[in-house]
Amino acid sequence: MKSLGSFRRKFAPWNDPEAKPFIAIENVTKRFGDFTAVDDLSLNIYNREFFALLGASGCGKSTLLRMLAGFETPTSGRILIDGQDMSGIPPYKRPVNMMFQSYALFPHMTVEANIAFGLKQDGMPKNEIEARVAEMLKLVKLEQFAKRKPHQLSGGQRQRVALARCVAKRPKVLLLDEPLGALDKKLREETQFELMDLQMKLGLTFVVVTHDQEEAMTMSDRIAVMDKGKVKQVATPAEVYEAPNSKFVADFIGNVNMFEGTAAAVENGKIDIDVAADKMTIRTDATRNCSVGQTVGFAIRPEKIRLSRKEPANPAVNAAYGELYDIAYFGDMTVFHVRLENGRIIKAASLNAVRTVEDPLGYEDMVWVNFDTDAGILLTA
Amino acid sequence: MNTTWSRFNIASLVLGFAFLYLPIVLLVIYSFNESRLVTVWAGFSTKWYTSLFNNQAFIDAAWVTIRVGLISATFATILGTLGALAMTRYTRFRGRMLFSAMIYAPLVMPEVITGLSLLLLFVAIGLDRGILTVTLAHITFSMCFVAVVVQSRLVTFDRSLEEAAMDLGATPVTTFFKVTLPVILPAVVSGWMLAFTLSLDDLVISSFTSGPGATTLPMRIYSQVRLGVTPEINAACTILIAIVAVGVIIASIANKRREVNRARDEQAAARN
Repeated sequence: MKSLGSFRRKFAPWNDPEAKPFIAIENVTKRFGDFTAVDDLSLNIYNREFFALLGASGCGKSTLLRMLAGFETPTSGRILIDGQDMSGIPPYKRPVNMMFQSYALFPHMTVEANIAFGLKQDGMPKNEIEARVAEMLKLVKLEQFAKRKPHQLSGGQRQRVALARCVAKRPKVLLLDEPLGALDKKLREETQFELMDLQMKLGLTFVVVTHDQEEAMTMSDRIAVMDKGKVKQVATPAEVYEAPNSKFVADFIGNVNMFEGTAAAVENGKIDIDVAADKMTIRTDATRNCSVGQTVGFAIRPEKIRLSRKEPANPAVNAAYGELYDIAYFGDMTVFHVRLENGRIIKAASLNAVRTVEDPLGYEDMVWVNFDTDAGILLTA
Repeated sequence: MNTTWSRFNIASLVLGFAFLYLPIVLLVIYSFNESRLVTVWAGFSTKWYTSLFNNQAFIDAAWVTIRVGLISATFATILGTLGALAMTRYTRFRGRMLFSAMIYAPLVMPEVITGLSLLLLFVAIGLDRGILTVTLAHITFSMCFVAVVVQSRLVTFDRSLEEAAMDLGATPVTTFFKVTLPVILPAVVSGWMLAFTLSLDDLVISSFTSGPGATTLPMRIYSQVRLGVTPEINAACTILIAIVAVGVIIASIANKRREVNRARDEQAAARN
């Protein structure tokens, strides 16, 4: 297996032991009565990083964001921003600004006044405020809407006003709560790139909360996958996808075929997994330590599985025979559901790189699925 | 939707409106009666209006009523709004249920009881009855109406607006005056108007708590009626009705216009 380093981009302060985190979350716990929203969580976020907190609703990601903004106080643990302990510092004195999911635009103020609000609180001179507001309006391309009230704007425009309002103060950190949640799909895709552009241009640190994994994968430098108040994995999008550290993460991100079996043999850096339920033997790179007899998991992404009518060279290993049960055609790719003898469904995806195929696979065709020894991930957690 | 009018609809509408407005229409008509006798029509005249404006007792009473109304409505609005804020914001304090029930209780409390208990209180603390005690009593009973009106608005108030303001550097006080208050202002204003109206037409509580020199208009009218209904009173009531009607019509037109504008703006926004 290739080193994971090959997935990483040049910007990777988290790999530099010298780099100081810009936001340090140290053993933070937040309880509401009996409910533990955030559970002994530690995270480091670096300057200029685009960081995503990803998880299903109720996983504690929004609570964590609200603690960064100062709307909630940790039950225990502490948060440092730029080296400064944030305990006891109210929201209006923190060097962060937040973009709310509902945008929270002041309905009684014009777009201009909304953007100027934060600057006025800082006591900035009037002419500077005007200049900054004009600059912000230009940045989000809303110059001709300056005098409008929020209800006179479309959803996308409101989102941009909210963004302009929270970057106007040039905060060190921008917190975004589901920033694209209220937009329709097409607008969301455009806005994703606008956000990334903006982050680069202004050199800010972004912390984004989202439940949309595609959004998190597209935009962020690193993703923290959260579940039940804990961080399951913090890694780059590629690492999270290609090298999840647990069944939860493998299952949460993208599509996956999950197998469970017992380690039958470990040799030459390969491990054989006996998947009794599906009468399969899976041979994969032994990327994690495990001993013979141990119960292990194996995850493989649909696009890493090959389909063919011909029997593979070694049908005893990493192969299964079944009936094509469902075909989902997406245009750019097609996902095939292959039903094995025991009823188990295996998902395989293939890119439609050519427009016409002679004798394409059809419903009820009998096919072989097979994959290479480095195609999947061995999971012990 | 069925928009045709059946005979039954028309009949029930006519009956309903007659039931509501016939007495008032009669009162207005007889205020322009030439005759001193209230039930005998003797031709059109505005003389009762002239005599009303020359009646110093009525003018004094009207002045007292307006002063009491303005002051009590203003204080009731401040206190009621604060109460409503406390009720919606601090949802987890001990005895909240009791507190909230106690805010609603005066709404259903018989006025006689409210009036009597206030009277006993004023006597007990040795407060001389007069315009001050009437005003205090009016503040007491109308602030819970304000609290209810404002609270119903605060329930739908998006708290993230306040959080956004604080996030942008506004202190809690600035946040209240720059964001919260402007947003809930329509509810606060209607609370004020409600308190003012309640104060204007209150008779029972005023009677219990007023003293010499603090006779309100309803009290004056009531005491006059006991000596016999005069067309002068009809005239006074007609003026009151006119003021209230004009107020209601202006308020509803303004409201309608705002709604129409808003709907139009929103459609325009959705288009571009």
